[in-house]
Amino acid sequence: MLRATLKSLLARKLRLVLSGLAVLLGVMFVSGSFVLTDALGRSFDNMFSSAMAETDVLVTARPAIDVSELEGESVPGMLAAADRDAVAAVPGVAEVVGVVQADGARVIGTDGKVVASFGPPRFGANWTGETGGLELREGRGPTSADEIAVNVTLAELSKLKVGDRVGVLTTQPKKLFTLVGVFGYEGGLPGQGPVHEVRFTEPVAQELMLGAPGAYTSLSVTAAPGTDPAALRDAIKSRLGDKYVVQTGQEAAAAIAGDFKTILSLFNNILLGFAGVALFVGTFLILNTFSIIVAQRTRELALSRALGASRRQVIGSVMVEALAIGLLASVLGLAAGVGVGALLAKLAADFSSLVLASISLPLAAVISAFAVGIGVTVIAALLPALRASRVPPVAALQEVATPDRPLTRLTVSGASIGALGAGAIAFGLATSGDAVMWLLLGGVLATFIGVSLLSPVLARPVVSVLGRLFSWSVPGRLGRLNSGRNPRRTAITAAALMVGVALITGVNTTISSADRSLRGDAETGFQADLIISGQESPGVLPTFDEALLPRMRAVPGIGTVTAEYNDQALINEEPSWAAAVTDLPAVVRDLSLVAVAGSLAQPGPGEVVVDDQNATEAGLTVGSTVTVKLPKGEPASYRISGVYQRAPFYGGYIFGTDVVPGMRFPQPSFAYVRLADGADDAAARKGLEALLVDSPEMLVEDKQQYLDRELGEGAQLLLMIQILLGLAIVIAVLGVINTLALSVLERTRELGLLRAIGLSRAATMRMITVEAVVITVFGVLLGVAVGIGLGAAVVQGLADEGLSTLSIPWPAIGLYLAAGAALGVLAAVLPAIRAARINVLTAIAHE
Amino acid sequence: MTSPVIDTPAAGAGAAARAADLWKVYGSGEAQVIALRGVSVELERGRFTAIMGPSGSGKSTLMHCMAGLDSATRGHLTIGDTALNGLGDAGLTRLRREKVGFIFQQFNLLPTLTAEENILLPLAIAGRKADPQWFQTVIDTVGLGDRLGHRPNQLSGGQQQRVACARALVSQPEVIFADEPTGNLDSRSGAEILSFLRRSVTEHGQTIVMVTHDANAASYADRVIFLADGQIVDELLEPTADAVLDRIKRLDVMSSPTARPDGPPGQRTVEDSPSATATGATE
Ligand SMILES: Nc1ncnc2c1ncn2[C@@H]1O[C@H](COP(=O)(O)OP(=O)(O)OP(=O)(O)O)[C@@H](O)[C@H]1O
Ligand SMILES: [Mg+2]
Repeated sequence: MLRATLKSLLARKLRLVLSGLAVLLGVMFVSGSFVLTDALGRSFDNMFSSAMAETDVLVTARPAIDVSELEGESVPGMLAAADRDAVAAVPGVAEVVGVVQADGARVIGTDGKVVASFGPPRFGANWTGETGGLELREGRGPTSADEIAVNVTLAELSKLKVGDRVGVLTTQPKKLFTLVGVFGYEGGLPGQGPVHEVRFTEPVAQELMLGAPGAYTSLSVTAAPGTDPAALRDAIKSRLGDKYVVQTGQEAAAAIAGDFKTILSLFNNILLGFAGVALFVGTFLILNTFSIIVAQRTRELALSRALGASRRQVIGSVMVEALAIGLLASVLGLAAGVGVGALLAKLAADFSSLVLASISLPLAAVISAFAVGIGVTVIAALLPALRASRVPPVAALQEVATPDRPLTRLTVSGASIGALGAGAIAFGLATSGDAVMWLLLGGVLATFIGVSLLSPVLARPVVSVLGRLFSWSVPGRLGRLNSGRNPRRTAITAAALMVGVALITGVNTTISSADRSLRGDAETGFQADLIISGQESPGVLPTFDEALLPRMRAVPGIGTVTAEYNDQALINEEPSWAAAVTDLPAVVRDLSLVAVAGSLAQPGPGEVVVDDQNATEAGLTVGSTVTVKLPKGEPASYRISGVYQRAPFYGGYIFGTDVVPGMRFPQPSFAYVRLADGADDAAARKGLEALLVDSPEMLVEDKQQYLDRELGEGAQLLLMIQILLGLAIVIAVLGVINTLALSVLERTRELGLLRAIGLSRAATMRMITVEAVVITVFGVLLGVAVGIGLGAAVVQGLADEGLSTLSIPWPAIGLYLAAGAALGVLAAVLPAIRAARINVLTAIAHE
Repeated sequence: MTSPVIDTPAAGAGAAARAADLWKVYGSGEAQVIALRGVSVELERGRFTAIMGPSGSGKSTLMHCMAGLDSATRGHLTIGDTALNGLGDAGLTRLRREKVGFIFQQFNLLPTLTAEENILLPLAIAGRKADPQWFQTVIDTVGLGDRLGHRPNQLSGGQQQRVACARALVSQPEVIFADEPTGNLDSRSGAEILSFLRRSVTEHGQTIVMVTHDANAASYADRVIFLADGQIVDELLEPTADAVLDRIKRLDVMSSPTARPDGPPGQRTVEDSPSATATGATE
């Protein structure tokens, strides 16, 4: 039996290649993700440990506000000069270097714009000489207050040269410096990874980056010769007490790398999620292929049954085939994954000037490749194998035609599984807690499976309606009839496409609903004529000089300018955002805020206003007090003086300007501008922009421009998701090609007959193409329907978060349909050529 | 040994299809098979010709070549006034649309189409409309009136072949080629099919060529051509079943190595009248 199986396997190379390819691509995605994140992880390890090579013990302050990497940036704490002296006095300490380093030093390049970072920090630090692997490449370190040195990465991006006058934005408005040196790191590196670095003299760094003279963010301790770093660490720890984190250099390197690895593993999980989708789609393809193989082999299987093969042997023969395909696809997929992972790691490393650690094959990649590759194939082949075992021996004597089994059972189970999935989604959206994620995931999966099972029933009517579009020509009509011929096959092929399209449509519907909801609310709520703001990036909140405020108000045509300052804060121990405004009544008017309780007059010192949602969650009412700790201040008590109704685009704690000195960036990050009646809009805008010339990050925008920019991020997210789901779509298209190729093979005689009675080659190709397009468009339609459903469910579930209106992205959906049709044409190319090449005579003689 | 050129009364003027010195060689070297060895034949318009011969004698090959389904190794082929030599795929496709009809032994119909749609398919493919009157005549001839809306899997084998006949007839091609159209049918269904073919020739002047192994089937034709070993070896006009059987028997004897006569077997066949062979077949 085994030999017969392997022989028939080789005889069906096309099927082998196509269905194997689907698994291969999925496995490649999985193992590639592991290889990529493993290589990047070890590269970060190396980077941090070389940065810490000369540090025996590192003392850091505990973060002032600690949030996990995933929620945002922690606010670093500070050490005082006295702490440095205390550490220096510990026996066994040879040297203590006080380090000042904080994110948010933005250099203005030669083009007048702030040098952008795509995510890595833009550190402002003190010059500590050529330590920690730092090497001067040009010039010297800064020695006076108006001098700076930058790393090679930044010098190259900004195109600045030694001797240039450079504007730098820090927690304070733009200051001018002379660039006196450019430095890199040992091993010829332009920087530590993709980080931008500006080095000031120590007092300048302390003032501009920390706003605290004499403070440090960490102390790098060198041990005296013969002193054990761990012993020294313990000595320092006992001297300083619990206030600070004391680690050996190695521990510190591992800790920082650990933080990065959390992000990397999240990244890996996201990639694996998309790989999972691709594999799920691949399952459909394999299921379909094996079903077709079994159908085509009905006679052969029946013959073997008649000759005495047992059911188990029949199942075995199909499963061995699946196992062989799975194994081969896993091996090749793993190899391809290592290649792709290595390539992406190389690209990522080049892009971020990281020294790439050697590529290795993590065990997780190997295990998951085989588990996933073989598992998916075998599971997908199980159903067809069972069906094969039910082929009765008499089938050997009957027509080969696959009987049209009734779809009732399929429909009932599809409907119930789909309903179960929808229920799980609804329940998941309504509840909260750890189970939500799993409920949603399981719900979506069940929905997909349910709809896939329902799709054969839908195929008949939908395909016949769709087909009408093509029925004007004979090839079109024949193609339509062919696609309606085996509803199961058409349906499952289309269902594979559905999965990817549904996810894309769902995300798009959610994003467009969020967009629409915010826009709708903002449209009516936003009363400001102009908004001054800058694009936030992690760790940096663009601000402008508050000294400009009176000059802005003096610009002709300007009515009011209300400034807002922002920073993170701990409020009753909870990380929150704190806003401070110069004139709350003006903000209330400009943003149409509505009072719920108390007063919305400008909060005085020690007073704060909060939105109703936060108030309810924290159990606050007018008159209750909250403890507020700002990054640079000590905890203080504030009294709730008013509660306002949360607007979809605005909420949180609003203080008076008394909190501003405690913020890291004690400058306005927002301003709401009202124009005077009859003012010249453009002229007023020009006036404001002229004043902001030293704050190139700040933009003066009207409501529309502001919303477009803020909501533009949704479009980027969508694009990313579409790219990552692209593989699932590619696999689905492989499925279409596979189905068509098999159909062409199956219908060789029919095609020969058609050619014999006068169907031309071109018409034959058109016929196949119509069949393909009907399948893909059906798949996209299914996907769009399911996707809109998923999107609507999410929007419903997030109604509390301000998603008030469901907005279906029709233009995008139209595009998906068009793309689906185009994919159909593409998928048809090879099978159509094959069909057109069929020799009439051999086709007629074909068994 | 060369095959005789069959001398027919209406040679030239009324030829619906013609082959001159047709050779067909499959494969090369060791595996070479010569399926046709210089066959020359003319099929007169409005006549029903049967081709007979032992299995492997080249009957199907001859038909496929004459119909433009297969290319000739050598020789000249025409259908109506169109020369087949040198026609590309597009030309052959057009020829099949306009001048040729086919009836195969089995698997004649598209399973997705109804009987009526199958019948009209060649016209639809060619973008032509059926003449409603002619369509009705054809339907009446094959007697399918109440089955037109059925799909092939709802029809018996005989009914399916009738649909195939109707499909070949409806476009009124120059020639209809039928390869063992009754090969898979019982004798009654076969007889029905054969009588439609006969009637379409007699009543409507259709030209039909049919390959068959059945002497009875051949007796419906106006003329029987006997093929052996890739050559035309004999011919019979106005055949009866008995005459055909008799002729087959004689050809068998002649082609068996022990009883082969000296002269080429075809030379004395033409003057044999059907009545002369009436007695031989009964044993
Ligand atoms: N495609 C091919 N390749 C090689 N040889 C072939 C091919 N087709 C036919 N032949 C050979 O050509 C010869 C004639 O075949 P053909 O099919 O014409 O016979 P036939 O008279 O129709 O026989 P039957 O009565 O069995 O249908 C045979 O010897 C056959 O083996
Ligand atoms: Mg034959």
